[in-house]
Amino acid sequence: MKNVIPSGARDLLLLAGLLLAPAALAAGSAEKGKAAYVQHGCWQCHGFMGQGGITGPKLAPNPLPLEALSAFVRNTRGAMPPYQNAILSDADLADIHAYLQSLPKAPDAKSIPLLNP
Amino acid sequence: MTRKDQGARADRRKFLTGVVAAGAASAASAMTPPAARAAEPAPRVPSALRPTMQIAAAETGTPAVSASRIGGVPGSDFMVDVIKTLDIKYLPANCASSYRAIHESLINYGGNKMPEFLTCMHEESAVAMAHGYFKIAGKPLMTLCHGTVGLQHATMGVYNAWCDRVPVIVVGGNDLDAAHRPPGVPTFHSAQDINALVRDFTKWDDTPVSLQHFAQSFVRAYKIAMTPPYGPVMISLDAGLQQEPVKDHGEKPAIPRYVPTAPPQGDSGAVKEAARLLAGAQNPLIVADRAARTPNGVKLLVQLAELLQARVIDQGGRMNFPRTHYLSAPPTAVSGADVILGLELSDFWATVNSYTDNGANGGIGTNGTRIKNGTRLISISSVELNTKANYQDFQRFQVIDVPMAGDAEATLPALIEELKRAGPSKAALEKRAEAAKKAYAEGKERTRQAAALAWGASPVSTARLCMEVYAAVKDLDWSLVASEGNVSNWPNRLWPMEKYHHWLGRSGGYGVGYGAPASVGAALANRDLGRFSVSIQSDGDLMYAPGVLWTAAKHKIPLLAVMHNNRGYHQEVMHVQRLSNFRDRVANLGGDMGPVGTSIMNPDIEYHKLAESMGWWAKGPIKDPAQLGPALKEAVKVVQAGQPALLNVWTQPR
Repeated sequence: MKNVIPSGARDLLLLAGLLLAPAALAAGSAEKGKAAYVQHGCWQCHGFMGQGGITGPKLAPNPLPLEALSAFVRNTRGAMPPYQNAILSDADLADIHAYLQSLPKAPDAKSIPLLNP
Repeated sequence: MTRKDQGARADRRKFLTGVVAAGAASAASAMTPPAARAAEPAPRVPSALRPTMQIAAAETGTPAVSASRIGGVPGSDFMVDVIKTLDIKYLPANCASSYRAIHESLINYGGNKMPEFLTCMHEESAVAMAHGYFKIAGKPLMTLCHGTVGLQHATMGVYNAWCDRVPVIVVGGNDLDAAHRPPGVPTFHSAQDINALVRDFTKWDDTPVSLQHFAQSFVRAYKIAMTPPYGPVMISLDAGLQQEPVKDHGEKPAIPRYVPTAPPQGDSGAVKEAARLLAGAQNPLIVADRAARTPNGVKLLVQLAELLQARVIDQGGRMNFPRTHYLSAPPTAVSGADVILGLELSDFWATVNSYTDNGANGGIGTNGTRIKNGTRLISISSVELNTKANYQDFQRFQVIDVPMAGDAEATLPALIEELKRAGPSKAALEKRAEAAKKAYAEGKERTRQAAALAWGASPVSTARLCMEVYAAVKDLDWSLVASEGNVSNWPNRLWPMEKYHHWLGRSGGYGVGYGAPASVGAALANRDLGRFSVSIQSDGDLMYAPGVLWTAAKHKIPLLAVMHNNRGYHQEVMHVQRLSNFRDRVANLGGDMGPVGTSIMNPDIEYHKLAESMGWWAKGPIKDPAQLGPALKEAVKVVQAGQPALLNVWTQPR
């Protein structure tokens, strides 16, 4: 089959992306990040609360560290389209990360009667 | 077409000519200048059109043959006799002059029963209603439409039915006789070969030229549609043939008896080979898409899975396998299998391979394999018997080790018998069962935890939406009549679906606009069986032909429609964002949330008001998840009382 990338190779690509990540990114503003999260379309696949779904994994609570998130966002060759600096600045990305960090922990499914019918 | 009885044709044409002449006289009168009209004597009140010579003669003379103007039994009455032999219960349709004769026969001569005419506001809705109805009732409906403009509206519904392997009998009115048909609009509405429009995605079509031909064509069409693989069929119905009298040339048209054709089974040698591979596998896996055509298909699949202790991925084209069974598995289970049995898969390639739309390789994306080297593949699929060239619903080519062209449900008994003779060892079965139970329990727990995320969010999370709905209907004999995958597939992941009518599958061709009309059609079938119908209704889908809401209210079809209103064509929202990113451009949102051309907002559509205006009980917009449960309780009571109800819920995107 043409153009096959084994899953191991994809992991290597992600690792390479991590190595390419900026050494240190400034912490952002959760309030600005909430707006940037919508403006840049993150909500489209991950939901307004970063909960994820069939179109994208959960981002929050407990998001990836900013450096790892940045490496992934800039270099992904997977299902998620990359966001280069030209369309998402480091400052906006840091704000988005701050927003994701600010989201509260989800309730335990066991405590929700509708999820335990 | 040649019409043998020139006398009968002349009568019909003379009548039409009279009508046209009268109309022309009326129009001429209306166009008389005001000054000239002033000089004329004041018209008598009430005024009436002056009869033409022909009409006057017909009204004052002695009828030569019969009191009926057409001079005998209408041909369309005989057509109704044919249709009635097949026990077709309903006929959803949008009215049209090219089938006026059979329309009249159906409601007057046929008493509007078997079939009962259901007034539809769009031909696509009519076909999709028949589509949804079949998936509950297991019986096809027929629809009538203009052969040109109506059929053009209907085509999307026909394509969905084709891809979803559902029988629908489409009959299009058409006036073939170019020399005698009425001029103007009826001629715009005529064509040489209306069936050409849908020939690429119907199983069979015909253009009967005599009543005897019609009888054979209609029964043949029904028979072909109902032989697996099921599919839509098309009949072009000449207006002249409908309107002219039954001609008695000493031979009365006969109605052929319908005898169902037995479904095709997989070759016995191939079945043995499949059984040998499955019995010898370390980790056999079953994948089913449209495997179960009936409730018995579910029982057979459970029997097969338990015989092998093989996990089952239900791709959801139909309700194939109970979600509560520990052998129920997620799509990722393909990675560990050494033998995979695919049952009526619409896309075997994508079952065992992955495609990533990442813009790589010059924009065409990346392919990958999802299975181990050496995994053996077995397929049982009736669709191999009915592949056409133009539309690409046959998907990418996948090499299969044991391919069988046969109906899966019909082949399963033979496969089960083979495995009973030489199945896996007891020790192997016990080991697999233990592993499957563990994986099932872990998977369920992960799914529940994922559903808890954003549980209190506003707009309402799709998991919350689905579980609130389930809580409202769980004590009823419920049937989820429509829901696409755009609510992150939560119903399939969390609802304890066990019965065949719990899940009906999707549209087939992914033509948006299926959900609303198909759910009304399925709810119609469920109404007759005393079941409760619920749909998760997408916003964009509803707006293709919202007139079907009126049809549901008009014909008292109870349905609870809970809207997944994410205010956009969300698949396209993501597609345009993706392409913007690949090209390093900021997506132009144009003041909305999604890229220009993909949002349904500013203004927001008030779906509850739309539904209310067409006779539904409705409430909304509901944005706070805490308000959803109480609203659902109200809505369920309304539906139980026989009325359709809609809740407009603002939701998370997926």
